[in-house]
Amino acid sequence: MSLVLTEEQELLRDTAREFVREQAPVAALRKLRDAEDPIGFSRELWSEMANLGWSGIIFPEEYGGAGLGYAELGVVMEELGRTLVANPMMSTVLLAGNAIALGGNETQKKDVLPSVCSGERLLAFAHQEGSRHQPYRVTTTAERDTDGYRISGEKTFVLDGHIADQLVVVARTSGELRDREGLTLFLVDVNADGISRTRTSMVDSRGYANIKLTNVSVERSAIVGDVDLGANVVDVVLDRATAALSAEMLGGFTEAFERTLTYLQTRVQFGAPIGSFQALKHRAAIMFCEIELSRSIVLDTLRAIDEDRDDVPSRVSTAKARCSDSYHLIGNEAVQMHGGIGVTDEEEIGFFLKRARVSQQTLGDAAYHRRRFASLRGF
Amino acid sequence: MSDLEAFREEARAWLESNGPTSMHLPIPESEVVWGGRQEAFSNPDSRVWLERVSEQGWTVPTWPKEYGGAGLSKAEERVLTEEWRRARCRPALMSFGISMLGPVLLEYASEEQKREHLPKIARGEIRWCQGYSEPDFGSDLAGLQTKAVLVDDEYVVNGQKIWTSYADKSDWIFCLVRTDPAASKHDGISFLLFDMASPGVSVAPIQLISGSSPFSQTFFEDVRVPKANLVGTLNGGWTIAKRLLQHERAMISQMGLGLAGSSNQSIDALAKEYVGTENGQIEDSILRDRIAQHMMDNECYGTSLRRSMEEAKAGQGPGAASSMFKFYGTELNKQRYELLVSVLGTQGLGWEGEGFSEHELKTTREWLRSKGNSIEGGTSEIQLNIIAKRVLGLPD
Repeated sequence: MSLVLTEEQELLRDTAREFVREQAPVAALRKLRDAEDPIGFSRELWSEMANLGWSGIIFPEEYGGAGLGYAELGVVMEELGRTLVANPMMSTVLLAGNAIALGGNETQKKDVLPSVCSGERLLAFAHQEGSRHQPYRVTTTAERDTDGYRISGEKTFVLDGHIADQLVVVARTSGELRDREGLTLFLVDVNADGISRTRTSMVDSRGYANIKLTNVSVERSAIVGDVDLGANVVDVVLDRATAALSAEMLGGFTEAFERTLTYLQTRVQFGAPIGSFQALKHRAAIMFCEIELSRSIVLDTLRAIDEDRDDVPSRVSTAKARCSDSYHLIGNEAVQMHGGIGVTDEEEIGFFLKRARVSQQTLGDAAYHRRRFASLRGF
Repeated sequence: MSDLEAFREEARAWLESNGPTSMHLPIPESEVVWGGRQEAFSNPDSRVWLERVSEQGWTVPTWPKEYGGAGLSKAEERVLTEEWRRARCRPALMSFGISMLGPVLLEYASEEQKREHLPKIARGEIRWCQGYSEPDFGSDLAGLQTKAVLVDDEYVVNGQKIWTSYADKSDWIFCLVRTDPAASKHDGISFLLFDMASPGVSVAPIQLISGSSPFSQTFFEDVRVPKANLVGTLNGGWTIAKRLLQHERAMISQMGLGLAGSSNQSIDALAKEYVGTENGQIEDSILRDRIAQHMMDNECYGTSLRRSMEEAKAGQGPGAASSMFKFYGTELNKQRYELLVSVLGTQGLGWEGEGFSEHELKTTREWLRSKGNSIEGGTSEIQLNIIAKRVLGLPD
């Protein structure tokens, strides 16, 4: 598959770009933050995104989706990243929704996916524990009882966990702490007894929660996929969500760079635009190269998923490591090159730095993905 | 069957029946054919191989047939490259004439010049060197001072070049000369071709930190060059010079991909051997991380080269892409050798003699040689200047 966008993809990009510029500029995120919005994003905006087909973009048409590929999804994610749009694509569509779409049975898919595609139902993926992404390090347990299972444990950094209608919980049904085997996925209603949710306020102003499960009782029908073999679903879900997140990050640092470039061309000191100084020129040129490399790997990773290639896992880790490093570099350089104004809350560039840090950490930072890459390649 | 697939079958069949097994990869450095009057063909089969390939027009597959090429389309050339790789055949000829001079002659030279020079490049009869840098004008190339003055029907050339690659082994030189000292520096330069055997040309090789001497100083004292050897317009040489640099950068850019190199083993395999493993992982976790990072960067770079080609085909893409690839590719290549030397430990620091394998000694020399990659063909800093100006539009 070519790395050049098709005409249809270009059209999708133009539509998305116009939509986010008009409906959800960075100022919209600031407004949500300042109002301490209990949801963390605009439900109306999410409905409109659903009407555009984005909430169901990767799901089959029979479940109300658009049946498009990751190449198309990536185009949308990149534009969402450009203006830092707060939205539940990651939580509801790419993580929990994908877990149902890829691991769920027909009943679960028919129950969940149409209302996800319509924008009505919100989901969250309750997976991480502790302070970092370690996919198989799961202490939350699901123990057999007469009718089903009882789940207990503490989940952290659950994207949109505070407002989701249902959770996909990753729990351990057998095995030791870091074993790949022994994980099982459960679809759990948030109103079930024994669930307590605490929203955490984080630097990127998006919605996250810590979720405590105490003897939460679920029936066998809540199992998504096969008992003990949850990692087969988790691995694929994480790869796809990480590819999509990388596309979002690409949009974010491309925008932060372009804003910085404009500043370099217009800010005058010593009687000259500061962009004429070689100390800044070279750093800008290096950032440009990093962005070009990032764009190439993101485009190819999305296409690898669409083509169902064997190298998806190592491409995904390459993309996430590269985009994490690029966003880190550009987020920091953008603030530095904006000078004093860059560290004020009034200037929007700081929002990019904040999002950079959170997205770097989400689904594994660069070091995590380098370790994973090394293991995948057998060294 | 499409025309392209028909061509693939044709190319495959030809390579199978005409490529002697002695001409399969890998190719020892001593058997690389650069052509020219001094070419000794240390492996006699390589002479036959060059004759057969050039007879097909495949040393320069996309050049028109009348100039020694095969007139292939870009798509056909890709197919040919793929089949070449598949058959594991050696390149028949390495040549600056092919990679740098030929493309600008096709674009700027007169019909007579094309007919004179291009077929000899295609057949490997004449080896070319590049007269660009001067002792006082390296990065500031356009300030060059080697003079050419028209006397009757000849240019009389005086001056000195430096970093002339393989000047001592070359037959002809493409040379930047100042023909109008009064004009502004970019507007007084011309592009001349002349025979290195001309009276007044002398060459002194330069020994590098790697111990090898691929470069020379080249001196011109009243060298007489026929007026007809001027390419393009008088004082219009800078345009040609810059275009040729783009071709040079594209050539150097390929080095980042780890195609060059002393070993068929990848860095990770070498690290497992030299550093050791624990549970199948390289024992030194920091080195493991750096190797992973390098391999990822290298793969991103390769994907970017592919995207750039696809964009060029679709009529898109940044014009100064060659500077980005030159910058990134050479920095990656240097990084690769730094890692290799780290991996080999003290075995990667031998200079010569016993106690070291051939490949260890070669790696050490190549590590030192790689330091020139980000200097030759325009330094990394010059590439960043070009990106800032031409791509990002930052002011002077």
